[in-house]
Amino acid sequence: MTVHIRVREKSFKKGQTAVQVLRDIRLELEDGDFITIIGPSGCGKSTLLKIIAGLDTDYEGTVEIGGLPVVGPGTDQGFVFQEHRLFPWLTVEENIAANLSLKDPEIRKRVDELIHIVRLKGFEKAYPKELSGGMSQRVAIARALLREPKILLLDEPFGALDAFTRKHLQDVLLEIWRKKRITMVLVTHDLDESIYLGNQVVIMKTKPGSISRIIPIELPFPRQRAHPLFQEMRQKVLKEFETADELPLIEGLGI
Amino acid sequence: MAKTTITAEQPKFRKESVRRPTVLKDDGFKESLKRRVAGLILPFLLFAIWQIIGSLGFVSKTVLPTPSDIVMAFKNLVVSGELFTHLKISVLRAAAGFILGAGLGLAAGIAVGFSTKTEGVLDPSLQMLRTIPHLAVAPLFILWFGFGEASKILLIAKSAFFPIYVNTFLGIREVDARLFDVARILDFSKWKQIKLLILPSALPNILLGIRLSLGAAWLALVVAELMGSTEGVGYMMMDARQFSNTDIVFVGIIIFAAVGKLTDSFVRLLETRLLKWQDTYNGR
Repeated sequence: MTVHIRVREKSFKKGQTAVQVLRDIRLELEDGDFITIIGPSGCGKSTLLKIIAGLDTDYEGTVEIGGLPVVGPGTDQGFVFQEHRLFPWLTVEENIAANLSLKDPEIRKRVDELIHIVRLKGFEKAYPKELSGGMSQRVAIARALLREPKILLLDEPFGALDAFTRKHLQDVLLEIWRKKRITMVLVTHDLDESIYLGNQVVIMKTKPGSISRIIPIELPFPRQRAHPLFQEMRQKVLKEFETADELPLIEGLGI
Repeated sequence: MAKTTITAEQPKFRKESVRRPTVLKDDGFKESLKRRVAGLILPFLLFAIWQIIGSLGFVSKTVLPTPSDIVMAFKNLVVSGELFTHLKISVLRAAAGFILGAGLGLAAGIAVGFSTKTEGVLDPSLQMLRTIPHLAVAPLFILWFGFGEASKILLIAKSAFFPIYVNTFLGIREVDARLFDVARILDFSKWKQIKLLILPSALPNILLGIRLSLGAAWLALVVAELMGSTEGVGYMMMDARQFSNTDIVFVGIIIFAAVGKLTDSFVRLLETRLLKWQDTYNGR
């Protein structure tokens, strides 16, 4: 689904004064794009994602998905949060189905399919407290996918996971993307992750949050982090960061 | 490369699936038995000392009958069927008052919890009523409704109303706002939002409210029956007092304690059944 994003301005009120968090954002997504957004903390990348999701409608501009303007949150815009945000009182399969009935054979079939895709077979009846962080996040991804969203938005979904689990989930996500061809937008602060997953890396800068550059990554999938071309891309993205003058703010990127 | 990574990760899954059963069964049967026995040591010791003091004639029987006297009195009351009649009427009163009060309390708590408008209208008045002691309204209830069942049941209902009202209200207001975002994204209907998000989230508080309301209803029952009645466990105790049958007074106290504990255990059983999803510290 093609997506047009125009945010002329977005500001938060802080007491009497308004603080501008986003300015002049223009993004065009083609069907099946995988966009990763990377930027220093405070650059408004999460806010931008909330705007695309329709969770935040208090801004100047428009977001159109497949030609239709987004006026509020809905199942067309799947969303995966940094924390899994599962309902603790529902089992894995109930969490995936949520407001849809598992008694419906069609839903049942698709839930089982998704449990297979995110590799949670055997955990259908487990409660979130019995799952590891990575497993919980896989449930959250399955929950978003069940609604067959036109676009899947991911807000630092693997940020809180350890390196092994993160890498594994990145591969799970890539596999889903290649199978289902869903347009994806992933916000991250992990440089390698942005290059490993995206076919375009959007680099943002702060004060006010705006797009610094969009770098297309034309490496074939699956990508290899150790490959010289990957490293070359990494240098390119990194350099773009350094030209953005907010270097002190990008500590903790693993640079 | 993706393929190789996946196979490399496979052992990790297996490890997780092995780990799960150990997470599910935490306390063994032996452990729980040990804990139960530990709880019984102190009461048994007390009963033993009590019996010895009474048997040796240190204390008069009208002041402190021995445990064996109390058991005998209990047996006599059971055999004559007196205990059962009194208990039945008491339990019926408490149940009627509880259902009326707790039902209204739950409804009011939900109504106030869901809307700040309702809260503004109802909550200040209810909070004011809450602070009035039961004993203070008892004379008024008697004036209005006489010594009959109505005044008793209303007194019990008044006490059962507030704990569940306050806790339901609190529970609904404590629902994680981040989960509301999820509900919006998943396009929950209003009803699904209540059924899947708000009520389950508020359930621990609601159950706590039920427990406290049950306790309050039971306390109010004693007040109501001592106030003036011709049947019920409270009446049985008042009657026994007039004839200095201290052992029967003790039987009454024990009956109140036992029934109170029984209903409380029932709600706690409900809690463990309904809240098995909860991930909280259980004490060590």
